[in-house]
Amino acid sequence: MNKKILSAPYLLWSVVFIIIPLLMVFYYGLTDKSGAFTLENILAIATVEHSKALWLAIKLSIESTIICLILAYPLSMILAKLNVNQHSFIVFIFILPMWMNFLLRTLAWQTLLEKTGVINSILKTIGLPGINIINTSGAIILGMVYNFLPFMVLPIYNSLSKIDKNVINAARDLGANGFQTFLKIMLPLSTPGIISGITMVFVPALTTFVISTLLGGSKILLIGNVIEQEFTQTGNWHLGSGLSIVLMIFIIVNMLITAITDKDGEGTML
Amino acid sequence: MKKVIAVLLMASMCMATLMGCGANGGGKQEVYVYNWGEYIDPEVLNQFEEETGIKVIYDEFETNEIMYPKVEAGAAVYDVVCPSDYMISKMIENDLLQKINFDNIPNAKANIGAQYYETAKEYDPTNEYSVPYCWGTVGILYNKTMVDEPIDSWSVLWDEKYKDNILMQDSVRDAFMVALKLNGNSMNSLDEAELNAAKDLLIEQKPLVQAYVIDQVRDKMIGDEAAIGVIYSGEAIYTQRENENLEYVIPKEGTNVWIDSWVIPKNAKNVECAEKFIDFMCRDDIALKNFEYITYSTPNDAAKALIEDEDIRNSEIAFPDLTKYNNLETYVYLGEDGDALYNELWKEVKSK
Repeated sequence: MNKKILSAPYLLWSVVFIIIPLLMVFYYGLTDKSGAFTLENILAIATVEHSKALWLAIKLSIESTIICLILAYPLSMILAKLNVNQHSFIVFIFILPMWMNFLLRTLAWQTLLEKTGVINSILKTIGLPGINIINTSGAIILGMVYNFLPFMVLPIYNSLSKIDKNVINAARDLGANGFQTFLKIMLPLSTPGIISGITMVFVPALTTFVISTLLGGSKILLIGNVIEQEFTQTGNWHLGSGLSIVLMIFIIVNMLITAITDKDGEGTML
Repeated sequence: MKKVIAVLLMASMCMATLMGCGANGGGKQEVYVYNWGEYIDPEVLNQFEEETGIKVIYDEFETNEIMYPKVEAGAAVYDVVCPSDYMISKMIENDLLQKINFDNIPNAKANIGAQYYETAKEYDPTNEYSVPYCWGTVGILYNKTMVDEPIDSWSVLWDEKYKDNILMQDSVRDAFMVALKLNGNSMNSLDEAELNAAKDLLIEQKPLVQAYVIDQVRDKMIGDEAAIGVIYSGEAIYTQRENENLEYVIPKEGTNVWIDSWVIPKNAKNVECAEKFIDFMCRDDIALKNFEYITYSTPNDAAKALIEDEDIRNSEIAFPDLTKYNNLETYVYLGEDGDALYNELWKEVKSK
């Protein structure tokens, strides 16, 4: 009984701020302006503009998830090999930027990448040709990778550091070379971390609208932008909610894959 | 026992929320103001608080479309809001505004030029719901060092030469206004053929556009980031102050003449404070302060007479002689279906 009383505030919190809003999304998504039931808002995903925006969002977030994985895995291996004092310092350095607001960091990238921005000014002074990726999908991927990389590094690092050194030593004793040890021991044992990292990068990347607005110059419409516009500009909450439900389905599929591959429940976040 | 505690807990939380809302009942007077971003001299708000003892709670919005659902849903109750022309007619039509008692706002009739009330009739036919605050035009801001030829037409925004050097407005009505005007149509058109032609024009323009932005046009133009941008006249004077290479023109095909006005929403709680606030804003010295800070043209003739700098007082940008231009229009509310059509077409442009 005591435990239940203690959990009451959390229960209340999740009802008020998670369950009720979620129900409201479903209510708006499944009704039209007059309040009658309709599937139109959900089927609206099939229109050319919406499906293109969804496809583009999926494509960009898969690309940035892959880049994050390629960057994060070697880094996590290096981190896991260091001794305690060194690695906590490096992890700290990695988390440090996250203390600053996400929006500000993205705005900073805008200033860095602009035609007359910091990077191009430096390149120009040393006589190199400038780069022009601001307002392209390249800039959006860069923004996603930069913002979400820590979410990939931390779970992978966590699962790698949990691997018993003796297991690796045993593999080497029994004649496995470095590559075999990696493939047969380290990779399988760190899979939960990888899966959890993929989810934590893919989901926010799929739904973002801030990064594409700021770094894409509002020229590239992702599904997140469409939904945001429906709420803030067009004022059609029904369509916005309907499209959110579609997006939720993609996220749930992603999470199901996570749950299936991560049977032991080891894919802990941190 | 368990249930009792849960109920008590719920009750106490509800009480806390209720008390939070009701606290303004006793003693201290407040006014909730909802205005455009960077659209007032902050010093003016302090002065209002000092002179009247009324506390100002001040929120900002970026577009009319962001403001509207908040006021409509009543999520936050504001006493004074500052929407633009077409949005005011939408709010009147949907019964969101209350009539203003001009007897309590003597400065409104005394200081604000009669011609502005005349223009205001396009969206507020009886002049009962709104008090003009700022007005202006939409035009082209260009950088003289990056553009050699004289600019006088919207068509420059479709010139291949300026690929990646063009900034467009990221709002439905303004973007379509440019294309419709270039095609020689009304910017309040509801003709599908005309709108589709405008849409095609905007799609054709998209590869040349560097970015679709709203407030950032100003900073990007000052920072030499682009050669040409679509901008509100009020920003032009500010940008010229910061970067002397910038020039503002009203294109020959015509443009939007807009007025932003103070209104009092129907559900306002502090109407008396709202009236005092609007009256204060219409005082000549206050309007002058605001003009000098935000550089948007003021309809306050008394304040205009107080401007010391003759160049500004006679500036073609701040106070253009509108009789010299053709095809000037003010936005009107297009109705729900009209809005939906514009939004649909704009989405097609943006997703290309």
